[in-house]
Amino acid sequence: MIRLEYRDVAMLFPDADGGGVTAIEGVSFSVGDGEVVALIGPSGCGKSTLLNIGSGLYPPSAGQARVDGEPVRGPNAHVAFMLQKDLLLPWRTIAENVMLGGEIQGQSRSECQRRANELLRNFSLSDFANYYPHQLSGGMRQRVALARTLAVDPSVLLLDEPFSAVDAQTRIVLQRELAQALKRAKKTALLITHDLLEAVILSDRVLVMSRRPGHIVDEIIIEIGDREDPFLRRQSPKVSGYISRLMDRLDIGHAGIDPQAAPQPV
Amino acid sequence: MTTTSRKTLIRRGSAASLVLLVLFLTAWEWGPGLLKIPTFIVPPASMVFQEFVRMLSVNHLLYHTAITAAEVLAGFALGSLLGAVFGYALGISPIAEFTLSPYILALQIAPKVAFAPLFILWMGFTVYPKILVAVLIVFFPVMVNVLSAIRGIDPDLINLARSFTASRAQVFWKIEFPSSMPSMFASLRIGSTLAVVGVVVGELVGGNEGLGYLLTFGEGQANTPMVFVCILMLSLVGGLAYVGVILLEQRVLHYMPARPLGGL
Repeated sequence: MIRLEYRDVAMLFPDADGGGVTAIEGVSFSVGDGEVVALIGPSGCGKSTLLNIGSGLYPPSAGQARVDGEPVRGPNAHVAFMLQKDLLLPWRTIAENVMLGGEIQGQSRSECQRRANELLRNFSLSDFANYYPHQLSGGMRQRVALARTLAVDPSVLLLDEPFSAVDAQTRIVLQRELAQALKRAKKTALLITHDLLEAVILSDRVLVMSRRPGHIVDEIIIEIGDREDPFLRRQSPKVSGYISRLMDRLDIGHAGIDPQAAPQPV
Repeated sequence: MTTTSRKTLIRRGSAASLVLLVLFLTAWEWGPGLLKIPTFIVPPASMVFQEFVRMLSVNHLLYHTAITAAEVLAGFALGSLLGAVFGYALGISPIAEFTLSPYILALQIAPKVAFAPLFILWMGFTVYPKILVAVLIVFFPVMVNVLSAIRGIDPDLINLARSFTASRAQVFWKIEFPSSMPSMFASLRIGSTLAVVGVVVGELVGGNEGLGYLLTFGEGQANTPMVFVCILMLSLVGGLAYVGVILLEQRVLHYMPARPLGGL
């Protein structure tokens, strides 16, 4: 069963001199039920644009995004997203932050509380339920953001570089918690990342996007088991093969220059 | 900051403040005499205190103070309420901001206290023109701060709420309104002191009630101690309003990291 689908999606942003910049063009792919797909590409290739279209925040210029078989016509309860920024509300306690989505969607207070308690327990945050965000470390705050995303029980999670702002060691721990949470809840996820290793160890499939105008140029199926255990996956001998293929597709390491440092149209 | 170091800070700071107060009062009491300044220019502290006691019984000092305080409270409350309402409306609707901002800017540039005689012409020697000057003077800092707070909210935060299918009203009450509280309170602190300025100017211009009236009365009689008493009482009114705002702020912004004495 297909949970998330992009059909020939394009996005054109108007610019100052009346023209337009095509951020993405002809993007088509689908994500099946319970599948985790990583999306990787050079910066500015429109990865986040795809996410905004999927969550219904902005309509695409052409094509269609579909969730659970329905075309996305605006923000809906089937999709929830998580960004690099934790976006926790400083005036709400940790538990109240996790309850935000349910509250907005009109769930009863006791139901919200029950969900929040359960998720905080899963992420070992129960002791911090009544703390305020400024009292927590960056890694813990990001974990709260993940709990808040899961609390609305979405069919599809859209994750935009969720761990790129935390330190390397915390990231390793958070990656495992994410993998376990996705497995436990049997969630479908689209994970945008810059980190090639993260893409390989967390997903069932990696999609590679080209530079602007972004489109999918490669699809790599990750044939390592144990998706819920990124620790174990890291040690698989297959990982380096996938990573060199990704580097190849992204043109990293050729001609001795970093493609991200090369001048790009803005 | 640990609890002990905070306690030490408060204890040492309070002790130093007290020493300063004693030094100041001493200088006020005996300084003018030593420097041969006549008492009708700078009356010593004891003379001002005697005048204070005399005014309590003869000039109904507490009555006039209460009138001024009530005007300050009414002007401050109304002015900040209106300022907040306009700030939110303009922050939420770019069209409203585009349409109204030239007029608001024009009114902002005009010196608000200059309206006092006009308001007295309109409303007579009542409390209303004084309250109105205070409303006008408090309105702007509150409106500008609320507006810029709304403008400054991270759009991703709004998008987060929208992605949870929040309605416009939910975005306002769950994200925008609480986000604006720190800026709102910063402007209320400013507003609480400005309200006193507005009321006093109104009372100076016309009327026979309030501390501003006593101030001109004392001036007319060349009663310098009386002028001093009025200035002190006005500062007391302003100080109470300011402390009131800080106490409210500590309740509302309880989630913020603590600052000693509420960050006076």
